[in-house]
Amino acid sequence: MQFHSFAEFINMGGYAFYVWLSYGVSAALIVYLLLSSISHNKTVLQQIAMRQKREQKLRQAAEINMKKQGLTEPEINDEIITAAVQQSTKDNT
Amino acid sequence: MTQASPRSIDKKTIDKKTIEKSTLKQNALPPSINHNNKLSYRGAFNLVVKRDLTIALRHKDDILNPLLFFIIVVTLFPLGIGPEASTLSRIAPGIIWVAALLATLLSLDRLFKADHGDGSLEQMLLSPHPVFVLVLAKIVAHWLITGLPLLIVAPLLAVLLHLNEQSYGALMLTLLLGTPVLSLLGAIGVALTVGIKKGGVLLSLLVLPLYIPVLIFATSAIDTAALGLPYGGQLAIIAALFFGSLTLAPFAVGAALKVSTN
Amino acid sequence: MFKWLHPYANPEVSYNFCGKLQPWLFRISTIFLVIGLVWALLFAPADYQQGDSFRIFYIHVPAAILAMGIYFAMASAALASLVWQFKLADASAAAMAPIGAVFTAIALITGAAWGKPMWGTWWIWDARLTSELILLFLYLGVIALHNAFEDKNLAGKAAGILSLVGVINLPIIHYSVEWWNTLHQGATVSKLGAPSMSAVMYWPFLICLLGFSFLIAALVCLRFRTEVLARNSMRPWVRELAINSLRSEQQISCNSQQCHSNNPNQGTK
Repeated sequence: MQFHSFAEFINMGGYAFYVWLSYGVSAALIVYLLLSSISHNKTVLQQIAMRQKREQKLRQAAEINMKKQGLTEPEINDEIITAAVQQSTKDNT
Repeated sequence: MTQASPRSIDKKTIDKKTIEKSTLKQNALPPSINHNNKLSYRGAFNLVVKRDLTIALRHKDDILNPLLFFIIVVTLFPLGIGPEASTLSRIAPGIIWVAALLATLLSLDRLFKADHGDGSLEQMLLSPHPVFVLVLAKIVAHWLITGLPLLIVAPLLAVLLHLNEQSYGALMLTLLLGTPVLSLLGAIGVALTVGIKKGGVLLSLLVLPLYIPVLIFATSAIDTAALGLPYGGQLAIIAALFFGSLTLAPFAVGAALKVSTN
Repeated sequence: MFKWLHPYANPEVSYNFCGKLQPWLFRISTIFLVIGLVWALLFAPADYQQGDSFRIFYIHVPAAILAMGIYFAMASAALASLVWQFKLADASAAAMAPIGAVFTAIALITGAAWGKPMWGTWWIWDARLTSELILLFLYLGVIALHNAFEDKNLAGKAAGILSLVGVINLPIIHYSVEWWNTLHQGATVSKLGAPSMSAVMYWPFLICLLGFSFLIAALVCLRFRTEVLARNSMRPWVRELAINSLRSEQQISCNSQQCHSNNPNQGTK
């Protein structure tokens, strides 16, 4: 142990400001990097999930629309719905 | 081959035809080359250089504006710092070189932008000739349009800044060897940013750090010359940078263009 | 010889592998950093010339070394992606750029904070500090290029070319700056290098260096996984993962807030 008291440790032999500045800034930057990485990960996951939900809703809407237009069950297959959904997402963007 | 239906024409014939149409005939090049289907590397090189020079000579602003920028930036410094001859002669090499960097940067934007806009860049990449040759030709043309005028104007500006009389030779030699390096390295940056809408500011961020060695050695050579000492070492290093970038940069530019045009 | 590497070309396999690795890397780095920093702050002796300000050394030098190291790692990843068309290498290069920039910034700021008591000014055009500053510019250029492209695959390729150009230039820049420095500055600046470090200072430094390296590895894992997710967002395994994570998050928030209202999203399923 190089320091005899806590106050001496904080004082850092007169270099307190510089030592604690560099340690503090480094810690702050690393914590910021860590938090932003985690939140970035979460937002990416959320965006992917949200897009799926939107697609699901569009899919249902397309199915209802087709039924209204008088198409019968066997004609409404997955491919037609996917095509309709892709069409509507294209229109949106 | 002449009257085939569109589907049966293979990719190469399309390329050759469109290239002949778009790049050769439109730009009023000697028709004798058109008949020669097998263009040598040197032929292709000369063709692209000629084409770029013709285009540049038709739009004289492209040559004049960076030059005017160079002159104006250099004249701003004495106004900002003060007219003392001793101060000015001390900082003259740095000012001239920094202004040359900025002027080159300003002109770089035109290197690929117009060709990217009208699609002739893609044709060039699709042509049977190696991208290396074509890119090198475009860079040479760019240097002839922007680097050479800087070289001609630089001594006049050096007079304005009271550059030491012993350093004129060093100034000219470093500019002669250094400005091609600027064009070569800058071309990499332009090639990377040509597909981006707001590429101008980004370009300076990418390219300026790469210019630092040239700046350091060039100004140091001029300073050394002012002291009457031999500056061969610095010149040799700039020459090494020149030959290094001459051999490596066109490959990087080719790869970057392939990414940008996708 | 490298056949054992082949499965990791599959994004899902690498994603899961990094997911397993990540908590361990974080744990190891925490252990090393706690030991190293406590040792550096409390038990390492003060330098006989620089006093306690020498304790900045234990973060400044590891950060400076690793900032350069990350750039080389990024450039190697870019080379791998350009030569072997290895798409995950792009993702890892993209993951490394911001981490490298942050560590370069740390090296610069701690360098300035160390320079003030030692040299009397915050900034000095010392060769090492200057090349570190230029390294920061190179990092920022790579990041800016990444952000400029909308298509992340294109962005990775473009940034890869730039980082390769940068890595060729980096030694040239470093030596030119060093040369420029000796030419212009004369002998006014005595360099701070510690040629013969005693063991009592060497060990905490080494432990800090290891701790920071593991921290960087953990951060790269974390960011790499995000990049993989963003680049493979249409793959079924990513979609499943996203839905599952959202569901578990909703459950957590429901449990803590005792939500009474039925979630409208559950009705549609």
